Amino acid sequence: METKNIMIVGVGGQGSLLASKLLGHLLMEQGYDVKVSEVHGMSQRGGSVVTYVRYGDRVASPVIDKGEADFIVSFELLEAARWISFLRPGGQIVTSTQQIDPMPVVTGAAQYPENLVEKMKAAGAKVDALDCLALAKEAGSSKAVNIVLMGRLSHYFDLPQEAWQKAMEAIVPARFLELNRKAFELGKNA
Amino acid sequence: MKKLMLGNAAAARGLYEAGCAVVSSYPGTPSTEITEEAAKYDEIYCEWAPNEKVAMEVAFGASLAGKRSFCGMKHVGLNVAADPLFTISYTGVNAGMVIAVADDAGMHSSQNEQDSRHYAKSAKVPMLEPSDSGEALAFAKQAYDISEAFDTPVFLKMCTRVAHSQSPVDTAERMTPPEKKYEKNIAKYVMMPGNAIRRHPVVEERTRKLIEFAETSALNRVEPGADRSRGIITSSTSYQYVKEACGDKYPVLKLGMIWPLPEKKILDFAASVDQLIVVEELDPFIEEHCRNLGLNPVGKALFSLMGELSQTVVADKLGIAHEAGPQLGETVPARPPVMCAGCPHRGLFYTLNRNKCTVLGDIGCYTLGAVAPLSAIEMTACMGASVSAIHGFNKALGKESEHKTVAVIGDSTFMHSGMTGLANIAYNQSNSTVIILDNSITGMTGHQQNPTTGYNIKGDPAGKIDLESLCRAMGFARVRVVDPYDLKTCDQAVKEELAADEPSVIISRRPCALLKYVKHQPPLLVDKDKCIGCKSCMRIGCPAISIKEGKARVDETLCVGCGVCSQLCPKDAFESTAKEA
Repeated sequence: METKNIMIVGVGGQGSLLASKLLGHLLMEQGYDVKVSEVHGMSQRGGSVVTYVRYGDRVASPVIDKGEADFIVSFELLEAARWISFLRPGGQIVTSTQQIDPMPVVTGAAQYPENLVEKMKAAGAKVDALDCLALAKEAGSSKAVNIVLMGRLSHYFDLPQEAWQKAMEAIVPARFLELNRKAFELGKNA
Repeated sequence: MKKLMLGNAAAARGLYEAGCAVVSSYPGTPSTEITEEAAKYDEIYCEWAPNEKVAMEVAFGASLAGKRSFCGMKHVGLNVAADPLFTISYTGVNAGMVIAVADDAGMHSSQNEQDSRHYAKSAKVPMLEPSDSGEALAFAKQAYDISEAFDTPVFLKMCTRVAHSQSPVDTAERMTPPEKKYEKNIAKYVMMPGNAIRRHPVVEERTRKLIEFAETSALNRVEPGADRSRGIITSSTSYQYVKEACGDKYPVLKLGMIWPLPEKKILDFAASVDQLIVVEELDPFIEEHCRNLGLNPVGKALFSLMGELSQTVVADKLGIAHEAGPQLGETVPARPPVMCAGCPHRGLFYTLNRNKCTVLGDIGCYTLGAVAPLSAIEMTACMGASVSAIHGFNKALGKESEHKTVAVIGDSTFMHSGMTGLANIAYNQSNSTVIILDNSITGMTGHQQNPTTGYNIKGDPAGKIDLESLCRAMGFARVRVVDPYDLKTCDQAVKEELAADEPSVIISRRPCALLKYVKHQPPLLVDKDKCIGCKSCMRIGCPAISIKEGKARVDETLCVGCGVCSQLCPKDAFESTAKEA
């Protein structure tokens, strides 16, 4: 199988590491070669962060470059737009509609662009946008946005439901499992 | 069963399996997790040392005593440890000693993008360079065998993409390394001139033998390719980019040992292809070696001396077509890293900015004090430089700068190399004001303990250095502690210490807001009737505060109720949500 590429993008501190861990585990269990590339250090402090997940028969590079991503999973709308050029032609964006002002917008040096979902569609991307923060809160914690997104992403994968459940059991601490199961379902069925 | 493992975790697993017994490191992105992961194995003694020089000397001591040892650091950390490195190369080891150094091409979290391979060459120490997690594990183990077989410390050279990428690894049981008793050997271990002069030829002979090893070792392998119009020499993550871009089309000489480099193997490979191409990040290290062998490879004529490579960069340079992605057609505002909401550094930097201080900075989260709107820090170079440089700055300018210049340095960075600069201020008498930003943790690298926190790497109680006593013992009569959440007291302390005609230390003390034990206050709310939209609260650059429809708004998911913003509000518009309950 040709290598498939998933990018997880967001703002430092939003929980993308758990999402990539979940995907990595899930895809390893399916017997794929997997590489996951993370960002640690300074950019984690509220900056733009990106995690690469690649899987296939044989994966060499740990990173995803422009024009290569099959999926961009985004915790924040502006971040989905920032990385759009990394999408493969015909690639799919799955994004939360949450908006977090970056410091240049906070200080008034820049504007937060309007109508980003429409603009991304006009650029040729397929966009699945949903209010993951609201769904996460419904599940019981605003921190469960990552699992809501994973639930939504599961739509696009031809994998049995148990495989996702098993990966979650392996990655998520037991005391948060029920909450995350709910978050996953809410994302999936939204 | 293969496990998905971070490169750094895999390296730590390699240490464990090789029977490593003592680990001493100083944290630094992207090397930190090797030591954090090693600390999870009870069989290995692990510690955070105050700096990399100490760490390397601790590892050397353990090796001397007969136990396999390790120290890990980032590229700039190796500059600090360079002193022991060059001489441990002469003494050699008793039990195996491995030094991990992690480069950061692209400067994801660093102040420069130096190429550490030069250290291997100049210190005459062999260097292995893994290209994924599997190799990180395997090479860490093999490094010990090489160390003991050739009587030398061995480098394990990581880079951001190997250190912070997960890929599948096979694990094995921990082995019992060959027993090494400590034996007194003055000629080998006391490097005074008469002895060192006899060790130098041993080092040169060792390098000659290591070159022979490099010729035949499986660490350096030729991968066949059908198209011999090109042959590529590469290593580390660059190898993965080459395989991604070219597949198995061209023959590849994949170097797992980057120093010393083979000669015959490279000449034979070059002779088997029409055009020799070297793909490597940063400096032309392999390329220059090829030129010394009389070859004429294409390397930095194609690939940049700066930043990271990728599969599309390699494809572009080699003329291989790839698809482009969609374009948004409008500029997206940047999202630089910022100090977290509730960061204790914020109040202090606001105070320094307001007092129009010249601020010499240091390495840590607080380097973000240089970013707008705080824009306070005017110099950041390396660990400890703030404290040394303020002395030079004040000696050069005298009273003109003494009463407006401060140095800021974090607690961990102060322990690392700020103390010696402080000793210089005390000894050579400049009227300097040093501010220690004590957030009770090593923050930027992800919360490691240090000698001032009172806990060790495992979170158990440990020795605790008292900063006030230390500064007083060094001869500072003026040492005071302030809470950076209290702007008024901060302002008073900064004004008074700058005005004083003797050197002083201000300790700005409050634990990092991200620490688990730090209890947050309920988020603040803005009373829209009171808020006049003056934006006074925006001057601290808190990510939790924004202006919506002309009024300040607090993001309740980010706010930790530190209350710094409310001290700036002329209309008392910030209200605690706790009051309402």
